[in-house]
Amino acid sequence: MPSDKDAPLDTAAATEICEAFKPATSDDLIPILQKIQDAYGYLPAEIIAEVSRRTGLQVSQMYGVATFYEQFHLERQGRYTIKCCRGTACHVKGGRDIINAIKRELKVEPGETTGDMRFTFETVACLGTCFLAPVVMVENDYYGHVTTKSIKSILSRYT
Amino acid sequence: MSQVRLTIDDREIVAERGQTVLEAALANGIDIPNLCYDPRLSPSGSCRLCLVEVEGQAPLQTSCALEIRDGLVVKTDTEEIRQIRQTILELLFAEHKGHCTTCDENGQCKLQEYAYEYGLGEDAFAEATRAKPIDNYTTGNLAMEYDPGKCIRCGRCVRICDEVQMAHALTFRDRAAEVEVSTAFDVPLNESTCVLCGQCISTCPTGALYERSAKGQGQAKDLVRTRTTCPYCGVGCQIDLNVSPKTGRIVRATSEVGCIPNDGNLCVKGRFGMEFVGHPDRLTSPLIKRNGKFEKVTWQEAIRTVAERLNKIKAESGPDSIAGLSSAKCTNEENYILQKFIRAAIGTNNVDHCARLCHASTVAGLARAFGSGAMTNSNEELKDARCIFVIGSNTTEAHPVIALAIKEAVVKNAATLIVADPRDIELVRYAKLHLQQRPGTDVALINAMLHVIISESLPDKDFIRERTEGFELVVEAVKDSTPEKAEKITGVPAEAIREAARTYAQAETASIVFSMGITQHTTGTDNVLSLANLAMLTGNVGKESAGVNPLRGQNNVQGACDLGALPNVYPGYQKIEDAAIRAKFEKAWGTKLADKTGLTIVEMIHAVEQGAVKALYLMGENPALSDPNLNRTRKALEDVEFLVSQDIFLSETAQYADVVLPTACFAEKEGTFTNTERRVQRVRKAVEPPGEARDDWQIVCDVSTAMGYPMQYDGADKIMDEIASVTPIYGGMSYDRIESVGLQWPCPYKDHPGTKFLHKGKFTRGKGKFHAVPFREPAETPSKKYPLILSTGRQLYQYHTGTLTRRSRAIDQKSPTGYVEINRRDAEKYAIENGDSVEVSTVRGKVVTQAVVGDRVPQGRIFMPFHFAEGPANILTNDALDPIAKIPELKVCAAAIKNVKSELVG
Ligand code: SF4
Ligand code: SF4
Ligand code: SF4
Ligand code: FES
Ligand code: FES
Repeated sequence: MPSDKDAPLDTAAATEICEAFKPATSDDLIPILQKIQDAYGYLPAEIIAEVSRRTGLQVSQMYGVATFYEQFHLERQGRYTIKCCRGTACHVKGGRDIINAIKRELKVEPGETTGDMRFTFETVACLGTCFLAPVVMVENDYYGHVTTKSIKSILSRYT
Repeated sequence: MSQVRLTIDDREIVAERGQTVLEAALANGIDIPNLCYDPRLSPSGSCRLCLVEVEGQAPLQTSCALEIRDGLVVKTDTEEIRQIRQTILELLFAEHKGHCTTCDENGQCKLQEYAYEYGLGEDAFAEATRAKPIDNYTTGNLAMEYDPGKCIRCGRCVRICDEVQMAHALTFRDRAAEVEVSTAFDVPLNESTCVLCGQCISTCPTGALYERSAKGQGQAKDLVRTRTTCPYCGVGCQIDLNVSPKTGRIVRATSEVGCIPNDGNLCVKGRFGMEFVGHPDRLTSPLIKRNGKFEKVTWQEAIRTVAERLNKIKAESGPDSIAGLSSAKCTNEENYILQKFIRAAIGTNNVDHCARLCHASTVAGLARAFGSGAMTNSNEELKDARCIFVIGSNTTEAHPVIALAIKEAVVKNAATLIVADPRDIELVRYAKLHLQQRPGTDVALINAMLHVIISESLPDKDFIRERTEGFELVVEAVKDSTPEKAEKITGVPAEAIREAARTYAQAETASIVFSMGITQHTTGTDNVLSLANLAMLTGNVGKESAGVNPLRGQNNVQGACDLGALPNVYPGYQKIEDAAIRAKFEKAWGTKLADKTGLTIVEMIHAVEQGAVKALYLMGENPALSDPNLNRTRKALEDVEFLVSQDIFLSETAQYADVVLPTACFAEKEGTFTNTERRVQRVRKAVEPPGEARDDWQIVCDVSTAMGYPMQYDGADKIMDEIASVTPIYGGMSYDRIESVGLQWPCPYKDHPGTKFLHKGKFTRGKGKFHAVPFREPAETPSKKYPLILSTGRQLYQYHTGTLTRRSRAIDQKSPTGYVEINRRDAEKYAIENGDSVEVSTVRGKVVTQAVVGDRVPQGRIFMPFHFAEGPANILTNDALDPIAKIPELKVCAAAIKNVKSELVG
């Protein structure tokens, strides 16, 4: 049995999205990708190929756009996204140690997703709450003045 | 085109309307620095180096994106502009991790040139990183290498892949400092939609993209470039062979933007297919077979042996017992010499070449209908055709650079494309209509189109009345050829036939493009006549961008035909039956000539079997792989009493020879090729031939002289002078006239400008002639035992019998072996999976090859490329002949397929 990670994706949602944009021009590129990401959680290669077949937009072009904007993901995302700040304020307050602690704890590099698909780990430039530095954000929850020791307990809240 | 007057740097300039300021300046010798500009691309204005000041407008403007207007006053080199350019260059260099001293591009790099011009210091350069480069989309690719450290992100490679090649393989990935060129999802280049045309390398202004095999072989500044003509297909691209003076070897093949006919574009074969030239397998000395083994001999001995044996056979069995095969790969001069040798020295008209296998029916059909059998228009005219009807031509693979013009016509100039092809070929993506006819039913399809045009009153009545004859015959013949009937025969829906007919007939200019899908049938001549009918019926011939255009396969198949390497005509299609013509040649060649039409290729083979032909003289031909019904051909080659082969490699055919004579290849000699649009172009010597290899014409001259008919020339140019003196269509050709740009025949006298399109005002034969063409079924139709229809053909990466292309590592990596294409539903039926070993068989033989399962072929049909010696498709093909052109039916035969694995099991 193929694992569920390899199972072919259902193209029905993509088909519907493409139909709605017919005839698609390059102006529709970003809206189409957003809808696809909403439907699938990320931009799977095989779905992008399907979108290309149906709209005539080029895979290469979509890939270029998808990698240009931070909002798009090309890998399947974990159930929770952890954003750890690497901005100046956080850096000064030991943000690097926090990043390393999360790496150790989850055994992933920034940009990667844990094998059990629980977390996707990202680092960002500034979370806009520098007074709380160092800051970690999990989904929509902010955690300020984080220490390496508190990481474990923060992560344990998300299962 | 109207003209515009403007002032650039205080100079009054006249330029073409529609040009940009940058183009107008460059055309007038005013250099404006530019990095993201390439005339083949739409302007992107991204590098900002081409900034100029326009009088009366405050901000500086990018001249590559600014269209010229009357009265514009432009300054290109003010102090302010120089400052800005210097800053831009400094920024670029701060990111540019590469040093000119170790870069292959050194000497041709625009960045380097501007750094010098704008006085940048060495300190402007970024540190070259010593770290091992990280993987990118070209890692491991043998064709090219991308070095992000040298990339200035100008986007030219991405744009040319999108806009010109339309392969859409490349994109910019990521943002800000991380931006890099890559493929979609970063797959390796050979797994992307890339077709290895190398256009991206050609446009890259720096050393960021480079041929992998050229790396470290010599810097651009030291390479010597020789302009010549590509040895592969009939497009006749102009290429520059870049040779290292140190090693005397070809380092890379480039092409100059703006050159005719290919504007700097090439395909994979022209760009990456030159490794055969200096290949260690090249023949270096004459060989004579003794006791089944080849032994090296001197030229003297080899020539003497050949002359003696041929003289003996001629004396014993008469001149008609000797036959010669000329070559569409050799130059015009060599073809002329070979046919002269066969006709004048041997005394027979038994001379032919492989055009028999590709376009004999074109020559026969178009000669009957129009009076001359060649492309009526020029490649570039396709760009402006309003409708293009491609039938039986997989243009993107067989004539890739002409395909660029077709795609441009559709994508940029809104032309309508109709594709009639049994397979789902790449051009279908650009087509409004795809007519997927059953192989071998083209006549039925075209007759139905004629029927629709006539019954809907769409014919061009004036044209028919003034320029043609025999129209009534066609009206009568297609009276009952309704689209509904055609649907039953061809499988193409009647409505689609109607729409195609209307679209074609109503277009202001419509061009037909065809190739072997039309010609390689027992009805080949009929097919061609039908297309001629279609064009004449709608007045679509004899004007710009409208005509009937057979795309010739090999580089010089047009020239080999033009120069009389055919059994029924002298050079210039002058008939041997015509006593006056014969007398002219007898006088020119100083000997009596035979008046009997000679044998064609396949007839020669059959005559060997019957013992009528005892000696075969082959110049660069490989019938042991290219000819139909191979087992029979090979047996004949084995049985023939005396076989001489002039070749560059010990090809499948040369192995059968008694004497093998090593020849110089295209890169090692002077001469001319004539491309498919009738353009005679120069071939120039760039490197020395290996060992003792010599020009084909010199060898033939020596054999001829030794046989008692002396032939001697001081050079290929002198042969061309003789050609011009006996061949009216080449009458005005000479090397000095084609030094920079080739000339298109007919070119009857010295200051004739050449002919862009044929039959203007009058057909070559006077009036164009309609022919009634009834539909005939192909020679072989599927049966119970052989239920599938097999077609053979070419694919992009290989060429003919693969002796040249298969020696390129880059090509071999992309296209390592032969295969058979099969529809996924048929595959299911026969339990075949993609990549399985399968056996394909016909009544004539069987071969084992690999299955490629997909949708390119419809159900009931299979397709095999014929380039591969390890799965030779021609073991299978039918040598049934077209009754007029004697072309074999390579496009249709009945075949069976089975999985070889499953046979072992059960
Ligand atoms: S070689 Fe041609 S098809 Fe391939 S990436 Fe370059 S431009 Fe595109
Ligand atoms: S690889 Fe060359 S053409 Fe492509 S963006 Fe970089 S510098 Fe420009
Ligand atoms: S093979 Fe044909 S299209 Fe390709 S480069 Fe040579 S002449 Fe041009
Ligand atoms: S620097 Fe971390 S939140 Fe602003
Ligand atoms: S050449 Fe004009 S902006 Fe680059």
